[in-house]
Amino acid sequence: MAILTTHPHPHPLPRSTTNWFAWAAPQRFYPLAGRMVVVFALLAAALAAIGLYIGLVVAPTDAQQGDAYRIIFVHVPAAWMSMVIYVAMAFWAGIGLAFNARLAAMFARALAPTGALMTFLALWTGALWGKPTWGAWWVWDARLTSELILLFLYIGFLSLHAAIDDVRRADRAAAVLALVGVVNVPIIYFSVKWWNTLHQGASVSFSKAPTMATPMLTGMLLMALALWMYCIAVTLVRVRTLMLEREGHTAWARQALEAR
Amino acid sequence: MNTLALPVSEPHGAGALHGMRCIVARDLRIALRRPADSAAVLFFFVIVVSLFPLGIGPEPELLRRMAPGIVWVAALLASMLSLARLFADDLSDGTLEQQLLSPTPLSLLVLGKAFAHWLCSGLPLALVSPLLALQFGLPSGAMGVLVVTLLLGTPVLSLVGAIGAALTVGVRGAGVLLSLLVLPLVIPVLIFGAGAVDASLVGAGVAGHFSLLGAMLVLALAGAPPAAAAALRIALE
Repeated sequence: MAILTTHPHPHPLPRSTTNWFAWAAPQRFYPLAGRMVVVFALLAAALAAIGLYIGLVVAPTDAQQGDAYRIIFVHVPAAWMSMVIYVAMAFWAGIGLAFNARLAAMFARALAPTGALMTFLALWTGALWGKPTWGAWWVWDARLTSELILLFLYIGFLSLHAAIDDVRRADRAAAVLALVGVVNVPIIYFSVKWWNTLHQGASVSFSKAPTMATPMLTGMLLMALALWMYCIAVTLVRVRTLMLEREGHTAWARQALEAR
Repeated sequence: MNTLALPVSEPHGAGALHGMRCIVARDLRIALRRPADSAAVLFFFVIVVSLFPLGIGPEPELLRRMAPGIVWVAALLASMLSLARLFADDLSDGTLEQQLLSPTPLSLLVLGKAFAHWLCSGLPLALVSPLLALQFGLPSGAMGVLVVTLLLGTPVLSLVGAIGAALTVGVRGAGVLLSLLVLPLVIPVLIFGAGAVDASLVGAGVAGHFSLLGAMLVLALAGAPPAAAAALRIALE
């Protein structure tokens, strides 16, 4: 039960000399996050503009799939983000649980909706791509299925958090769920993969991607970076809102609210 | 009911296993005094399975193909039914707080409660499943495999379900929420449980499925009780 030992300073006002912990105080992090949001949002916009230009204009039309393949410039980065964010969410939830750190728990909560959105986006764009390419909106392919289960896991996290009124308890309960989930994700992924190979249906194998032309790869990587920046920016915005919501009783939060 | 077998009242020196035995005996006694609860789970299982032929038609070949999945999905749903009450009753009469204070490690108490839950829900499902297999025309080999997979898989449902029950204890709408949390996590059990029966239907080996189900059971035995104990502490702090 070591993970539950309460930190000796449950309200870590920055006394320590290391700069690192100082930013864990919402009061200090709030203005910093505000500046970071601007930087990351601008980066996201710039990268997305270049990435989309390369993806939609520069990259050649695919010989087999025509222009339908261009959805990958959103689809693949979104699918990456959906998985990265789940791990990041579990990481921050674990930190929040282990050190009773409020900001880490807020980060976990703030990441969840973005992660769910990315998962949904990956499924949605996958369906849009599947219709012209496979002739079906949905096939029970291993990747599609595990992405769908990932969406269920996000929904579970958010529902549990929403069902508990006391936010600190909600944070900690949802953190346990996120950690259990992150242990389970590889098991789910490999079982679904196995299940899929056992039930060889009409599914089209697309694990062997043809070698990609350089502009395609560049466009995809730029879009992946753009989505990273977007996710960070949106999460920071949400963390700032959560901080104001939860610290509403403090003087700095009231000042920040008036300043808005 | 509080005085039944609280480990707190045990003499010093009584081992942790003794506390666990007491919890199992206590939960079983409560279940025996309310037999309708366990029976309801069993009948729910039988009714859900019987609904499928009515929904998809009585064609024997189709039903035989679908039987493993149908029985397993029904088992998943049935075991969710009784999970919501795993800790809720103890919370409402104050027993749960006493269990947290007990010298027996909370993980072991959770393990005991999950075991008692399995004896009252998972085990009866496994025992009644041959009857359902007969209804669906499964051959006797596949029937045996179905029983073994249920015996191996339903304890995992009780153990992983205990985490969900602990997380949602005292939360409004706990029943639906519990299913929402637990069902995605137990998908691997469904895949390999139903997969083993499928494999035996087409004459393939089932040893791999059994090994993987066994591995999941071991992992759940080791991992679920501490996680559920942590969740209970969070719920009651």
